[in-house]
Amino acid sequence: MATVSVCQYHRGGFSFENCKRNALLEADINKLGFSSPAARKTGTTICGVVYKDGVVLGADTRATEGMVVADKNCSKIHYISPNVYCCGAGTAADTEMTTQIISSNLELHSLSTGRLPRVATANRMLKQMLFRYQGYIGAALVLGGVDSTGPQLYSIYPHGSTDKLPYVTMGSGSLAAMAVFEDRYRPNMEEEEAKRLVRDAIAAGIFNDLGSGSNIDLCVITKGKVDYLRPHDVANKKGVREDKINGRPETGNYRYKHGTTGVLTKAVTHLNLEVVEESVQTMDTT
Amino acid sequence: MFISQNFEMDSFSQNPEFTIHSFFTFLDTTIMAVEFEGGVVIGADSRTTTGAYIANRVTDKLTPIHERIFCCRSGSAADTQAIADAVTYQLGFHSIELDEAPLVQTAASLFREMCYRYREELMAGIIVAGWDPRRGGQVYTVPVGGMMTRQPVSVGGSGSSYIYGYVDSNYRAGMSKEECLKFTAEALTLAMERDGSSGGVVRLAVISEQGVERQVILGNQLPKFSTV
Repeated sequence: MATVSVCQYHRGGFSFENCKRNALLEADINKLGFSSPAARKTGTTICGVVYKDGVVLGADTRATEGMVVADKNCSKIHYISPNVYCCGAGTAADTEMTTQIISSNLELHSLSTGRLPRVATANRMLKQMLFRYQGYIGAALVLGGVDSTGPQLYSIYPHGSTDKLPYVTMGSGSLAAMAVFEDRYRPNMEEEEAKRLVRDAIAAGIFNDLGSGSNIDLCVITKGKVDYLRPHDVANKKGVREDKINGRPETGNYRYKHGTTGVLTKAVTHLNLEVVEESVQTMDTT
Repeated sequence: MFISQNFEMDSFSQNPEFTIHSFFTFLDTTIMAVEFEGGVVIGADSRTTTGAYIANRVTDKLTPIHERIFCCRSGSAADTQAIADAVTYQLGFHSIELDEAPLVQTAASLFREMCYRYREELMAGIIVAGWDPRRGGQVYTVPVGGMMTRQPVSVGGSGSSYIYGYVDSNYRAGMSKEECLKFTAEALTLAMERDGSSGGVVRLAVISEQGVERQVILGNQLPKFSTV
């Protein structure tokens, strides 16, 4: 049974030997008081909802590296196939690479079958790959799309378990987003209502979770059409600096106007200094 | 069952990247299967947790392995889904080779084979139940570790500890299908009432020669017991 795929399946199981070594090294480094470099994570609020004609996927756009925002406008909704998209939470590199690998394999599979790929196929491929790596690939995904069997939505966890549901949320802001969904989700919503619901769920994650922020991206997938709305909502606009000199914004000008601080007394002491030697040394700046 | 993730062990306030904390809750579920004359009744709760968060409150833990063979899954969600998918494939292949319906014992053996071989890596407690033409309705339990044994009634998961007394005292051989359904629904309700890791709705299925009938009992329709 030939599998046409880029990714070569390992025979004999994956070797996790280096994981033990890495854990030991981590412990040793921590003992010395240093910390190993943090992987860039996407913190994240991602969610998806099935509505009357298809699915709506939503994501925030903040990527964090420890406590610092590494990317203020990263794209978390990844292309899998023309009718299937996938939001990714967790380690940014893992979600990026995993979705690209499965997208590539799915395209080969689709050419082999001569049909538009199914969401369930992408789900199977993702879960089998993640299970093989026993959770070491930190990718938590929301997979959604429309195929010949209708609109479908799956949540995929890093250890390889999946759930097929009408509405799902993942990431650090998932609890905030789920609260919005549990309140306002109805089956068979219209497109505008579904988009508003997903927008509000992501906004809940952005404003109540430190790991999520910036803008809201949306992806509306219906039979035969995909609307990739990036950004759908610029929820956090950067302010404009007040200082302007001759119309141009003066960066970092923290000067206060004369008279801001009142002067009570003024005493001038002259320092009598003798100039002993004066020499000029020119530096070659060519 | 639970979805375990090896990310941050810290509390929410210290580490905002992941709310999903990894701590293992062993076998959080309640699953049950009962044999009766002509088939089996299987039931499960519907809660999947990641730590203290309910990731899926309407999970279907009764997974079809073949036309008249189901398995009830408890333990790690990822492990049991992967095992069930693998056994479904193997059993389907075997059934096509044989050109007849597979035996429930065969399905149970396939589960046992996988659960025992990879016992160090897996966390899966599975109850295999179904109907075949040779031996009728059968229930086989394959708990953590990979043992396999046939039992007339079997319970599993973290919630099962709370209902052993109820099951032992109320089970009678030779119950009818309706009595088995009521027995299972009540036992699961009692377990869900007491076990924090079990809850949601009660999913039931009856497997017999005629096929499979599935039903769902929603939260407000569960049988009521006197509350202390």
